[in-house]
Amino acid sequence: MGTEMTGADIVVQALTDLGVEVVFGYPGGAVLPIYDALFKQSRIRHILVRHEQAAVHAAEGYARASGKVGVVLVTSGPGATNAVTGITDALMDSIPLVVLTGQVPTHLIGTDAFQECDTVGITRHCSKHNYLVKETAKLGPVLHEAFYIARSGRPGPVVIDIPKDVQIMRAGYAKPGVISHKTYKPQVKGDLTAIEAAVEMLAAAERPILYTGGGVINSGPVASQLLRELAKACGAPVTSTLMGLGSLPDDHPQFLGMLGMHGSYEANMAMNKCDLMVCLGARFDDRVTGRLDAFSPNSRKIHVDIDRSSFNKTVRVDLAIQGDVGSVMEDMLKVWRARGHRAADQKPWWEQIKGWRARNSFGFEQKGEALLPQKAIQRLYEMTRAKKPIISTEVGQHQMWAAQHFGFHEPNKWLTSGGLGTMGYGLPAAIGAQLAFPGALVIDIAGEASIQMNIQELGTATQYRLPVKIFIINNEYMGMVRQWQELNHGGRYSESYSDSLPDFVKLAEAYGWKGITIDGPDDLDAGIQAMIDHPGPVVVDCRVAKLANCFPMIPSGAAHTDMILSAADERGEADDDAKALV
Amino acid sequence: MKHLPSERHTLSILVDNEAGVLARIVGLFSARGYNIESLTVADVSDDHAVSRITVVTNGPPPVIDQIMAQLDRLVPVHKVVDLTDWGPHVEREMALVKVAGTGDKRVEALRLADIFRARPVDTSTASFVFEVSGSSEKVNQFITLMREVGLVEVARTGVVAIARGAEAV
Ligand SMILES: Cc1ncc(C[n+]2csc(CCOP(=O)(O)OP(=O)(O)O)c2C)c(N)n1
Ligand SMILES: [Mg+2]
Repeated sequence: MGTEMTGADIVVQALTDLGVEVVFGYPGGAVLPIYDALFKQSRIRHILVRHEQAAVHAAEGYARASGKVGVVLVTSGPGATNAVTGITDALMDSIPLVVLTGQVPTHLIGTDAFQECDTVGITRHCSKHNYLVKETAKLGPVLHEAFYIARSGRPGPVVIDIPKDVQIMRAGYAKPGVISHKTYKPQVKGDLTAIEAAVEMLAAAERPILYTGGGVINSGPVASQLLRELAKACGAPVTSTLMGLGSLPDDHPQFLGMLGMHGSYEANMAMNKCDLMVCLGARFDDRVTGRLDAFSPNSRKIHVDIDRSSFNKTVRVDLAIQGDVGSVMEDMLKVWRARGHRAADQKPWWEQIKGWRARNSFGFEQKGEALLPQKAIQRLYEMTRAKKPIISTEVGQHQMWAAQHFGFHEPNKWLTSGGLGTMGYGLPAAIGAQLAFPGALVIDIAGEASIQMNIQELGTATQYRLPVKIFIINNEYMGMVRQWQELNHGGRYSESYSDSLPDFVKLAEAYGWKGITIDGPDDLDAGIQAMIDHPGPVVVDCRVAKLANCFPMIPSGAAHTDMILSAADERGEADDDAKALV
Repeated sequence: MKHLPSERHTLSILVDNEAGVLARIVGLFSARGYNIESLTVADVSDDHAVSRITVVTNGPPPVIDQIMAQLDRLVPVHKVVDLTDWGPHVEREMALVKVAGTGDKRVEALRLADIFRARPVDTSTASFVFEVSGSSEKVNQFITLMREVGLVEVARTGVVAIARGAEAV
């Protein structure tokens, strides 16, 4: 049964055996033995965050950028509850994490002991799986199994709750061989007959579209390569969800840009008018489909997903293929080539798309003196592009503008909170990504409201000498909230003004960062350049037009064809049905 | 898809007999807004490793599909079978029905119980507890009749079900 050691040593040994290099965490009474074990070793680096939520987002950023499992260590009670937002975020966006939480000793569980909370109860429905480990001997196997579950199948967060006495007690530990689970067996290979059928449908389609999502990123860089090959073979236009950006290069001639609520006109129109939709690792999220009964009414739909529960959840599909999207695309290509297929004539289709493209839906018009947020992001992209930056975002208009105006050319360069839409995600995620890639240019494109939700993490970057950049699109409003109030609630800006903002430059300086202000269009390039040139961390307070809206937009409950392209199409007050939608 | 007509389905779920597994199943139903008409659970293996949960639910066919898929993706779930789709199967339920009364009512209660093959398992001079089992409809019917002869309270097990024939699901 291997060597005898304490539970805490087992945790550290198992993490080492699993190849873990970084743990994001925050100590407290119920995890002191594990912190003591960490103290005595040098293989695993612990990153001390300033708030447990940030530990989880940092681990997410690390995981998303590196493709590895992110690891978090927090104490019981408030440590665990603070982590819940991050765990939920990781579940929604399918990010592989293992979160270790301390727990009160087993004999005190259920007594409302100091800093006790029902961590497994609280996280049961916001984790992919969770464990309460009551015996030291089970710690090793549970840790190895947890990593397997977190990263295989549809990835997600796994929580392991470890009572303090279990950390102290001794038991044997041995590194296990290949892990298999008696009930959990993710399906990687797609059904070949179904794949053949898909290939025939694709070859026969006159107006096909590939609709790709975060699954392509999760499947690994090879999947992005295969997507490029598949797109080339079949000649179809490709659109991507927010989570899938980067799988196809932004300037690829077949790429129509992001689809959905703030996606491009051509992407949404092509989704509406196609005769065949091939959904690859996306999930027909409501931000993507718009009004369901008007969603792509005349197409046949193929859905490739590793998670069977994604099929027919909101949109009925004609052919569902369960499997890893990379593996399925590989098989599709094999069949395509073996059968000597050539794409059907798509000329009329591409002509139509050209017409939609000509609307230039991401275009914006400079009016007045103020710096437009879109312009700021466009220049940020142009000036940093050669450095292949990793971009994280907060949540709001700036996030959508970043998705629209920042071009992504490779997978794993775009870190954003899609499913949960968590303000405060971007800075810790950038910190996590920077730890994975110390030499990379990592920029959090932020809003002035969101950045304040985890602003304390400035200290973390300082402590570990991480040269993270924060580019605040400062419009002095919770812009996305304000935009909805303008469009749906008669312009009544209830509590959406960012009052009493800190002086971001002074704040940066107080944490040992450099602070830069961009006050208008004339400062823009110099400000961005100064940010790039500074070797350490930088906060850029980029003051932009206060009332700009993010277009194009499919209002909630509207069809793809009812897209608002510019301010001229705005409505001032929505009816109650529309107001009830999110 | 939720506006299609609802159907009643009986699901058998084989799960790892570990702490919290029932909470996972029940929590999934409540979190996603699925209905539970009845739920039973008991250990069914000789090594106490596997429990069998029987859930009777209702919803339109696509929702039933979703329920199956969602259950199937829980880590401790071995197998989910929709017995209603599977085909011929037996569904049984047991109820304990307490009836109080004297005189004619008492005689009538006994007579009805006999027709339903309900067995008195507790008797006092003023009451009976009947054990009745069968399909849910039969149990319902029995309880309805007992209302007229002094029904006091009812405890029901909920449905357990198993496929007909030689094979295991
Ligand atoms: C934790 C959290 N609380 C509230 C919201 C709702 N919300 C979405 S966007 C937004 C405003 C964000 O403002 P800012 O960061 O300034 O970004 P902007 O939209 O102005 O670019 C709010 C409050 C959220 N997404 N997350
Ligand atoms: Mg703002």
